[in-house]
Amino acid sequence: MNKQRPINVYLLTYKYPVTAIISVLHRVSGAFVFLLIPLLLWMLASSLASPQQFDELQGMLGNPMMKLILWLFLSALLYHLVAGIRHLAMDFGVGESLNSACRSAWAVAIIAAILILLTGIWLW
Amino acid sequence: MVNKLTSITSLTRNGVRDWLVQRVTSLILAVYILFLLGYLVFHPSIEFFAWQSLFQSTAFRVFSVLFLLSLMWHAWIGMWTIVTDYIKPADIRLAVILIIIIALFAYVIWGIDILWSA
Repeated sequence: MNKQRPINVYLLTYKYPVTAIISVLHRVSGAFVFLLIPLLLWMLASSLASPQQFDELQGMLGNPMMKLILWLFLSALLYHLVAGIRHLAMDFGVGESLNSACRSAWAVAIIAAILILLTGIWLW
Repeated sequence: MVNKLTSITSLTRNGVRDWLVQRVTSLILAVYILFLLGYLVFHPSIEFFAWQSLFQSTAFRVFSVLFLLSLMWHAWIGMWTIVTDYIKPADIRLAVILIIIIALFAYVIWGIDILWSA
């Protein structure tokens, strides 16, 4: 067998267009939000169970580790939301050309970054 | 034979309906999430009884169950899409997506239980 032939496609050697990065992050953020559903349901359950558990939860959310997890969750959620709005706009025929798709992808990145930053300020 | 197996493991069997459902549920999810985030931003020092009364109102309970069902359907389609794209062996793929679907059903039931014991 020819040993010189390409053995594998190493994905990180490629340079991706911004639209591809925005798209795969939509998937990653969606899957991440899915994985954290039980944590959020648990938080909702303890926040509604009793005044004591509500206060305990509030105390727990003061913990830097919990804050970080909550911030990561909200970041993924807000990113997914913003990128999803771009999808909906495209479904209505807005911004379907390559140029405007690149511009809206950058807009998603910038708006999501601002929202994630604001969420961090809000939490800390 | 292969076609039959493919259509069984595809689970939803209708891509156009999936497409529409994904968009309709996304709107419900977005409105609920923005409402709840907005509520928390504008009530920074909220305490238990105010929070509880929000979840005890019938309108918000209906909204919450609508949210839970939309979340389940939206996550089902989304996770199915991801799993079918990245997991090649049919048996592992089917096992993973079934676990996800069972988990989503459990989350809805758990969520309704949380809402009705609030």
